Amino acid sequence: MLQPIDKAKVQQYIEDFANEDVYIHLETTNGAYATHLDSSFFNAGAFIRNAKVRYERGKIAGEGPYRVGLKMENGWIYGQGLTHFEMDDEGRLIMAGLDHQGRLAVAFEISRTPFP
Amino acid sequence: MIQKERHVLVILPHPDDEAFGVSGTIAAYIKQGTPVTYACLTLGEMGRNLGNPPFANRETLPKIRKKELLESAKAMGLTDLRMLGYRDKTVEFEDEEKLADVFSGLIDELNPSLIITFYPGYSVHPDHEATGRAVVRAAGRIPAGKRPKLYCIAFSHNCEEELGKPDIIHDISHCSEEKLAAIRAHRSQTALFYDDLSKRLEAGDPEALDRLRYERFWTYKWN
Repeated sequence: MLQPIDKAKVQQYIEDFANEDVYIHLETTNGAYATHLDSSFFNAGAFIRNAKVRYERGKIAGEGPYRVGLKMENGWIYGQGLTHFEMDDEGRLIMAGLDHQGRLAVAFEISRTPFP
Repeated sequence: MIQKERHVLVILPHPDDEAFGVSGTIAAYIKQGTPVTYACLTLGEMGRNLGNPPFANRETLPKIRKKELLESAKAMGLTDLRMLGYRDKTVEFEDEEKLADVFSGLIDELNPSLIITFYPGYSVHPDHEATGRAVVRAAGRIPAGKRPKLYCIAFSHNCEEELGKPDIIHDISHCSEEKLAAIRAHRSQTALFYDDLSKRLEAGDPEALDRLRYERFWTYKWN
């Protein structure tokens, strides 16, 4: 189950995945109805599932909500607004940013096997 | 007045889409003895509501929503539920012709006299729009004289302005319990809505009562 982020634990998990091929799920969202509910709202978001990458270092920063950045040979992966984490029973690091109503705003996940 | 049908085929992209707009109609047809098939394209994998404290994460949400969909089907008395295996929020990026082929396959198999889906152009969510477009494409392959009727759900802000008032109004008063149970079944997404609706029903709020009395559709305009 998702728990509030323990920064030291998450840092250790991120380091455990370094220097090997891993699959990334990264997503930001305001929901599909944001503009329907408020026409002045500019709705943007992005989603990538199963990007296969290898990072040499990774770090969790901030005091909550947190930021996570992964440095690759040729670039970066970055997410912000992270509040919760879980090492699930399939050995995947699941991180999420939930707003005050419990709605997902950002998801950042790292796995050694592709996500289904 | 709900017209008699041979077979009703409901095609919607998300678990819970059926609950709000069609569950009373589905339950009413099943009570009449009319077979109903509900094809649900995705498992709502990209739903935002994970709870506070969270009850799910991105990877466990589809498992929860699948259970809820099965519970909703049971609440409506529906026995023919088809889960088509697409992914939430990606339907519009699929090959529309191939998606229409899948729907044509269902139409050929089931020979429905009525299909219910979202009205393309008036249904807000990109998955709703893409599903509606592909259903229209599949139904459009059938010559006009043999084509099943096509009822559409619309709720964009401009829908009544452009389409006029819904021409199909189903009185589902006798299925309000089933409809409430279908909405409740999708609790991961509907818990707040359900609580609010229950309070408004108790207070006799006309809009809330209307939701459990009537479901409205627009017959698709072919040209």
